[in-house]
Amino acid sequence: MKITEAFERGEFVVTAEVGPPKGCHIENMLEEAKTYLSDITAVNVTDNQSSVMRLGSLAVCKALKDEGLTPIFQMTCRDRNRIALESDLLSAAMFGIENLLLLTGDHTKLGDHPQAKPVFDLDSVSLIHTVKQLESGVDLGGNELVGEPPKFAKGAVVSPCSDSVDVQLAKMERKVAAGAEYFQTQAVYEPEKFIQFMEKAKQFGKPVQLGIVIPKSVGMCRYMNANVAGIHIPEEMIDELKADKEKTKAGITGVEIAARIIRECKPYCQGVHIMAMGWESKVPSLLEQAGLR
Amino acid sequence: MLITQLKDKETIVSLTEGKKVFIINCHGCKEVHFPEKEAKELQDEMTADGKVTGILTTDYICNPDNLKLRLEKHAEEIKAADAVLVLSCGVGVQTVAGYLEDKPVYAACDTYPLPGFQGVTPLEYDCDQCGECYLNLTGGICPITACSKSLVNGQCGGSKNGKCEVDSEMECGWERIYRRLAQLGRLDVLKCPTQVRNYATDEEVSKAE
Ligand code: SF4
Ligand code: SF4
Repeated sequence: MKITEAFERGEFVVTAEVGPPKGCHIENMLEEAKTYLSDITAVNVTDNQSSVMRLGSLAVCKALKDEGLTPIFQMTCRDRNRIALESDLLSAAMFGIENLLLLTGDHTKLGDHPQAKPVFDLDSVSLIHTVKQLESGVDLGGNELVGEPPKFAKGAVVSPCSDSVDVQLAKMERKVAAGAEYFQTQAVYEPEKFIQFMEKAKQFGKPVQLGIVIPKSVGMCRYMNANVAGIHIPEEMIDELKADKEKTKAGITGVEIAARIIRECKPYCQGVHIMAMGWESKVPSLLEQAGLR
Repeated sequence: MLITQLKDKETIVSLTEGKKVFIINCHGCKEVHFPEKEAKELQDEMTADGKVTGILTTDYICNPDNLKLRLEKHAEEIKAADAVLVLSCGVGVQTVAGYLEDKPVYAACDTYPLPGFQGVTPLEYDCDQCGECYLNLTGGICPITACSKSLVNGQCGGSKNGKCEVDSEMECGWERIYRRLAQLGRLDVLKCPTQVRNYATDEEVSKAE
């Protein structure tokens, strides 16, 4: 199923994401996904996230699909030139994978292979354009495809709490012009900023899913504040995590905070995207506390 | 060394439509294949149309000190122009754009590589001779060299506190581009069509020779 159909039906669309392991065994991952994520609309599979080499997104998407889940194939432009990207898009279509999330990707320097050549032959905008072109039956080189062309739901990302939000909005507009049909955001910890962002973003008329990362610990928050673009976790929130160490460790405080953010932002957006980062088991209780179950 | 080619006439005409322009020609690097004749014809035509407030033909405009002295002599003509059209390599255009902060500065050429050096010790500005100069879409700041990923369609999600995700000492190139366009009142150029880089261009140029 295409995620865009759920938006069209007016659903508040819930998605989550899984990160493939560094290795070729996915039994545990599949088990977790089936247990905790089978009743949500779709599941993103990250593409060598943070430039750390892992099992491939396309293969895991296929495995999820075989288990009856709806995968969203994440693709970055860091590791493949346009020939490889287009070829993988056709492979996805052959497997019946219909949802894409198209990103530029982090630089190779940020990951565990800093010696690697960063490709960036295309970027997020020209990759969206490329998908559209394939959908019209012609590849980026201008050559015709054989048979019925593929058709995807084309997603993109935006960073609503970025310190340069106007620059992000300009990029979002280019993504829409290129053919992006829905957006998932960077993790949000400042609902006011997100709401202000949505006031401006709604002119583009595309559904936006609020990005959520459950805050796991004080250390994680400090790390993200110092190193992760587009994220600023307010001190009061960090104090909440400090207050009861046991509760925080058990994930109760983090889930409370995340649920509160979702409730505050829900009237302004069209869905939520949960980046569980190993806490897939917390997703059902988070959805319940957020009033989504 | 490098080759600069005139952008096609349509592009130049649409850039300068309804505008008075000041033209700068740089004859610094030995540009082996520069279409002198077409460049001159174009400028004669524009002059006949009354579009030109002045023309400066000189060499090594990438030397900021030289450039400053020369531009000062033409201050009035530049003031009377709505935009400045530069026929030089990417470094030259960026040097002019850096000096004339509140004037739109347009590149009339594309820069392709040839082995050898480019210009006179460009300190501040960089050109990677990408073959399809983007400076007209980026406020005169080169996206190929000012952005760590050489992105041509806008900022990635990685900038933090205005700095690039790859190097916390380096200002994000797309923040600079956005600021510059805002300063020029030209944020509308960000609405241009999707840019797809063409790595075949240098080969095609050498094939055409
Ligand atoms: S965009 Fe940059 S690299 Fe390309 S020709 Fe212009 S100045 Fe040179
Ligand atoms: S942070 Fe800015 S300069 Fe660095 S890669 Fe992203 S857009 Fe380019």
